[in-house]
Amino acid sequence: MTLPIGPVIGILADNLRLRGSVLPIPARRSTSWARQLGLPVGGPTVLYSGQMVQLIPYIEAMVAIEERLGGSPLARLAPLGRRLNRVVSLVPLMARPPGRAVAEYDRILVDVATLLSRAGVAFGALYADDLYTGALAHDLGADEAVAVQARRIQQVLRRYKVREVITVDPHTTHMLRTVFPRILPDFAVAVRSYLEVLAERPLAVPAPLPGVRTLHDACVFARYESVVEEPRRLLAQTGLRVLEPEAAGRLTECCGGPAESLFPARARAIAGQRVAQLRRAAPDAITMCPLCLVNLRRAADGALGLEDISSVLRRATGG
Amino acid sequence: MTAVVGAELAEAVGRLGPFDAAACMNCGVCTAVCPMGIAWLPRRLQRAVVLGLEQEVVAATEPVYACLLCRLCEVSCPAGVHITENVRTLRRYLNRRVFGL
Ligand code: SF4
Ligand code: SF4
Repeated sequence: MTLPIGPVIGILADNLRLRGSVLPIPARRSTSWARQLGLPVGGPTVLYSGQMVQLIPYIEAMVAIEERLGGSPLARLAPLGRRLNRVVSLVPLMARPPGRAVAEYDRILVDVATLLSRAGVAFGALYADDLYTGALAHDLGADEAVAVQARRIQQVLRRYKVREVITVDPHTTHMLRTVFPRILPDFAVAVRSYLEVLAERPLAVPAPLPGVRTLHDACVFARYESVVEEPRRLLAQTGLRVLEPEAAGRLTECCGGPAESLFPARARAIAGQRVAQLRRAAPDAITMCPLCLVNLRRAADGALGLEDISSVLRRATGG
Repeated sequence: MTAVVGAELAEAVGRLGPFDAAACMNCGVCTAVCPMGIAWLPRRLQRAVVLGLEQEVVAATEPVYACLLCRLCEVSCPAGVHITENVRTLRRYLNRRVFGL
């Protein structure tokens, strides 16, 4: 079961070029986490979401549609969909995630911001100017659309005089830290994930957490950005007993997420294999990428407990 | 299927971005570790480009986009081939050649 590749890449690239995101979502949705916390606008250091976490409930809603469309005669309408989508964004018409899912993923950003504040890090947020980096379009080889987006983001960061960006998910980290400087040699912003920032100082844990967990490394953190040791150093301070699964660290196995936009059925099969590996290590697992979380959770269907590392660290540092 | 063997394909792909499989020893470790379990990924695909088998590469469009870019093959490759960069460049080529993007 696959979707028509060309039209799907076309729609994603058109959206990025015309609307600044592969799946344009309303600003009130993408900014609600920062508004909840009343974060200052801009500043030399910003917590940058790249809208990746906020996109997950929309991706989930789209995948549900894709799984129904893939292999069906309706999939043949994708070229028409691309022509329509150029005139009016089809995303809000198609993907309506439940409010519960939106709140759950916003919670990751709220937890990350809370952890940074507790660690004494001063930062602001860019609200509606916190733009999607184009990670998915980059993976699909739509480099021209990504270059346009990189320049847009560079202008935003210059306008707010940002010198340091703290990222949340591995994909945004990779785009800003590694891909953008290749596209724009004068992209001079320091980029670190919040896990790297937090791991630099001791974690204040009032009461150790009980229990056993296993840890799923995200491919992009482990193999593209060498973020392997930091989550372990942080978790070691929480009191939890963390057991390594069969494939861990640099040799982690993929959650299948990157195949989601074009090969949803295959993505699920790979996620199923990974869930089985994790379950052999422990009944509950910790993830560090929102795409891994959603993909593994769908495949696990309740058979493996899954929680983002930000929620674990927040609980450990006082709830 | 007829196939024209030559360096033109690798050159055409290489004009769009980094594509280098010259160091590949054809050992097959990458294919053995690949979670997708598709025979084309990634050794045979890279070979087809190096050998200039354009029709075969075009026929393998679906496997090219099925790659997760997870890099498990790359960290296992004894020759240090930048496999995921090769796959991404090949996607750029197919985006134009097959989909007219
Ligand atoms: S592992 Fe490396 S050297 Fe071996 S076939 Fe794959 S790309 Fe070639
Ligand atoms: S990067 Fe692609 S070819 Fe390599 S192991 Fe992952 S899915 Fe397979």
